[in-house]
Amino acid sequence: MNNSKLKKLLKNPYVFIGGIIMGLILLMIIVGFFWMPYEPTKMSASEKLQGISLRHIMGTDNMGRDVFSRVMYGSRVTLMIAIGTIIIGAGVGTIIGSITGYYGGMIDEVTMRVIDALFAFPSILLALVIVSVFGVGWPQLVISLGIAFVPSFARIVRGEVLRCKNMDYIENARLQGVSDFRMIFLHILPNIKGVLASSILIGFNNAVLAEAGLSYLGVGSQPPYASLGRMLSDAQQYMFTRPSYVLCPGIVIVLMVLGFAFLGEGIKRWK
Amino acid sequence: MEKEKVLRVTGLNVFYKNRKRKLFSRKNKKIQALFDVSFDMEEGEVLAIAGESGCGKSTLARAIVGINKDYQGEIWQKYGRPMMVFQDPYNSLNPAKKIGWLLEEPLKVDKERTWTKEERRKRVEEIMQEIELPISMLDRYPSQLSGGQRQRVCIGIALMREPKLLIADEPVSALDVTIQAQIMELLDNLHRKHGISIIFISHDLRVVYQISDHVMVMKNGKVVEYGATRDVYRNPQAEYTRQLLKAAGITR
Ligand SMILES: Nc1ncnc2c1ncn2[C@@H]1O[C@H](COP(=O)(O)OP(=O)(O)OP(=O)(O)O)[C@@H](O)[C@H]1O
Ligand SMILES: [Mg+2]
Repeated sequence: MNNSKLKKLLKNPYVFIGGIIMGLILLMIIVGFFWMPYEPTKMSASEKLQGISLRHIMGTDNMGRDVFSRVMYGSRVTLMIAIGTIIIGAGVGTIIGSITGYYGGMIDEVTMRVIDALFAFPSILLALVIVSVFGVGWPQLVISLGIAFVPSFARIVRGEVLRCKNMDYIENARLQGVSDFRMIFLHILPNIKGVLASSILIGFNNAVLAEAGLSYLGVGSQPPYASLGRMLSDAQQYMFTRPSYVLCPGIVIVLMVLGFAFLGEGIKRWK
Repeated sequence: MEKEKVLRVTGLNVFYKNRKRKLFSRKNKKIQALFDVSFDMEEGEVLAIAGESGCGKSTLARAIVGINKDYQGEIWQKYGRPMMVFQDPYNSLNPAKKIGWLLEEPLKVDKERTWTKEERRKRVEEIMQEIELPISMLDRYPSQLSGGQRQRVCIGIALMREPKLLIADEPVSALDVTIQAQIMELLDNLHRKHGISIIFISHDLRVVYQISDHVMVMKNGKVVEYGATRDVYRNPQAEYTRQLLKAAGITR
């Protein structure tokens, strides 16, 4: 990537705003590795459901745990799960999509019908089914969500590969004797990296939301180490008695989603 | 003494899949695009293939280089794969890659020999000189080049491994007239310097005249005329050739 392109990217207001939001969240997560105001699992019977104060800047939860520390930790869990999900979803999806798109024919027909069938379910439902097969726990969670995200990536990549593969420049490369593998990874995929990058950022969002949804249903990340989504679902019954308990993790989720959305939009417009 | 042949095409019929095929019909009807095409080419000659749009010029070129695989008849070639310069320079360079990378690629995938990094760099610089582009352009993306410059790069890519036969499929028809002349001159120079055989495809008989030794005129997938360029232009045998020459403003 050359410098002028990079400068243009940074000047883009979407990327700028998204970058600031994600920068702050990342900062919070990184700081959380070294220091948190309290141990996120430390309970205190005398400090249940407190409001915002200097002692607890986001208050405490129903077990007297510091909400801010839990948000710091929870953001980390949420982000890790989202990253894992996207690595699996985008990685496997890209491979499947590019192979089926490139070769076409029977492999393509069959794989895409399967993908279509999977795609007919909302990814959260799909993940729910997969979790119920693999059991509860974070590796299962990441794998389930990842698999649930494969179809959308496979479709996007397949469509893009189909668009590229009959171009003269691909034909030209084939004449030179470029192998199929090289063709897909060095000649075709670089042309779709913009689309892929923005789908990855949108995918991050969906992953954050899907994880929250699964946690809400009780099959997401497990206590006592809670993701933001988990915190939200634990907090809902105290929505009226102690709104800050719900609002704080909720706002961080919203910010995270906004940040990814802005970055995704920015990258889409950049190309 | 008869010169050696580089290419001999005998009774070539080329087919395309019929896209409009009905979903459940078993009949897989094909469209025939070339009918019984035969010709040959001597070492070092320039053969022009002319004819109106849709007559099958690209189809023939693509069969010779091996893109169109569904054919009957024989295509005999003295050397390995010929290289091709495509019709539309705006479509035949990978937009995501820099010119330097694109020029190096044919060497990286060369099955005949391995090129060291140093050799590749040297060869790329050599070719840049041949196609008369400054070395600084190696760092550019295709979108940062003009149509004429792109077509030079396409010619460069095709020449990287020194093919003995080059097929240029309307290499200038997407360019404006002054640039056309420059590219024609470049091809002519390369031809003289390296003695490379060229199949030059064009629908413009004026362009053809400058460069070719033989002309083959096609219509509706068939060869209607073949001969030495001067003979064909002076004394066309087929009525269709006469029309074409008239349309090009060469004869009255
Ligand atoms: N992929 C394809 N599938 C089906 N038919 C095709 C395909 N490509 C070309 N044809 C048909 O084959 C015939 C010859 O096409 P071709 O591209 O060889 O013409 P051409 O002489 O190169 O024309 P032009 O001067 O416009 O480039 C045309 O009737 C065209 O419609
Ligand atoms: Mg053509």
